[in-house]
Amino acid sequence: MKARNITEKVMNLIFIICGMISIIAVVGISAYMIISGLPAIKEIGLTKFLLGQVWKSTASEPQFGILPFILSSITATFGAVLIGVPIGLLMSVFLSKIAGPKVASTVRPAVELLAGIPSVVYGLVGMIVLVPFVMEVFKVKSGSTLFTAMIVLAVMILPSIVSVSENALNAVPKKFEEASLALGATKIETIFKVSIPAARSGITAGIVLGIGRAIGEAMAVMMVAGNVANMPKLFGSVRLLTTAISSEMSYASGLQKQALFSIGLVLFVFIMIINVILNTLLKGGSRNEK
Amino acid sequence: MKKVISIALAAVMCLVLFAGCASNTNTAASPSTAPSVAPTEETLSGTVSTNGSTSMEKVIAALSEAFMAKYPDVVVTYDATGSGAGITAATEGSADIGLASRDLKTEETGLDATVIAIDGIAIIVNKSNTVADLTLEQIASLAKGEVTNWKEVGGADAPVVFIGREAGSGTRDGFEAIVDVKDACKYEQELTSTGAVIAAVAANANAIGYASLSAVNDTVTAIKVNGVACTEATVLDGSYKIQRDFNMITKQGAELSSAAKAFMEFALSDEAASIIEKAGAIPPK
Repeated sequence: MKARNITEKVMNLIFIICGMISIIAVVGISAYMIISGLPAIKEIGLTKFLLGQVWKSTASEPQFGILPFILSSITATFGAVLIGVPIGLLMSVFLSKIAGPKVASTVRPAVELLAGIPSVVYGLVGMIVLVPFVMEVFKVKSGSTLFTAMIVLAVMILPSIVSVSENALNAVPKKFEEASLALGATKIETIFKVSIPAARSGITAGIVLGIGRAIGEAMAVMMVAGNVANMPKLFGSVRLLTTAISSEMSYASGLQKQALFSIGLVLFVFIMIINVILNTLLKGGSRNEK
Repeated sequence: MKKVISIALAAVMCLVLFAGCASNTNTAASPSTAPSVAPTEETLSGTVSTNGSTSMEKVIAALSEAFMAKYPDVVVTYDATGSGAGITAATEGSADIGLASRDLKTEETGLDATVIAIDGIAIIVNKSNTVADLTLEQIASLAKGEVTNWKEVGGADAPVVFIGREAGSGTRDGFEAIVDVKDACKYEQELTSTGAVIAAVAANANAIGYASLSAVNDTVTAIKVNGVACTEATVLDGSYKIQRDFNMITKQGAELSSAAKAFMEFALSDEAASIIEKAGAIPPK
């Protein structure tokens, strides 16, 4: 009896410790980002850093303006969402409402597999297939462009959109749809006017999750976007917040290195904002449904 | 909402915790300077501090790794600060050996430069490109974006796509310094490795880029510069222009520690030649 009690207590403690580890990690990373990211911002000046349009980190008179990175990140993510969300949403409708169980059971693992593919593989395929393709089709001189990055990101965010949206669609109570059908609505009308609106908070969550993934992706983007610190142009080479860090980190020193940490901090703030939006959306959504 | 507040509170609390230990980072690995036992060949010990060129990182890392494997009691440190800082460090004696990926300027006196390796930078174009020979001036105007069409330098009527390395790369630094286009290049792509540059040039018919000679393979064409092909032989005899020396800088008259002396001798040995080659540079003959 006593031995059992001890085991209970010990296990309880282990659970608590494991639970704490994630909190410690999050807090530790946040603290580190803030501590290592602030000095460069202080030295460069916040407005000059955030709104400066020129990034020349190793010039004899270095300039550290990250506006091109911020705008490129936002446009690339926006573009990815623009391409990815309609496809992802319709795919989840297909999986949840239209496809028979047999078809769904082949398509679904395929989508899940998409989520498991390492980003470097996306980058590789993008570099070898998509970059020449974009160059050929759009008659641009180099295929490493913002547009290419958007396409790669769109494919990368599909799985999170599809799986979360599909779950949300599956969770729509059958009686809603049955009622709609009984009132004479067609299947398509039911999907677009009943199922999707009812599942909208889940769908939005999937989209925001996708945005989070797109804005945080570095490897695949680095391989297809050209990495020149230009202001975003659809068929121009761009550098995103993530790739700005990863492309220069290996040789950086001094203020350049600190500035890269500061970019990390900005990226971190972006992700935080997205998470807060995600949380509010999820809560707001569930309140509306009640 | 409660959750958010509690997380925020926890974050603030831990921040305070972490703030305390923020200052004591980067305490360099303290050198094991044991009270000086007269070093014989077997018991070579101590620290060799090197400081300087970031471009030499690979060569120095490979050399010091092999050296430390040979003499386990010696620690070779390397600070990647840049050639100028490396020369200053050697002058002031703050490092045993300064590292410079350029030759000494005339005003930098009182120092000895020992060439341990030569770095050749090949100018590469796509296989389908008909341009086979460019002058340094033509390369500079291509890099600066003054020439935007290949027909201006004797090629087909097609746009020029200039591909290079990221800021901070030694190859980029070397190329821009030798071609004299420092901070003036108009890149179409900035890639993070030599291999990526070669792959990108191989994939784009209009591309031109630069890469370390040792990495160039037959997927791209290395063009002639001022009529000289880029080969190990032309780099060694100095006729190929886009090259630079990797120097170890020591102060004249200053006594080197036996470990530092041994390290320099090792860097010049035949044994080191293959290591230097593997690290992507050409050992001087």
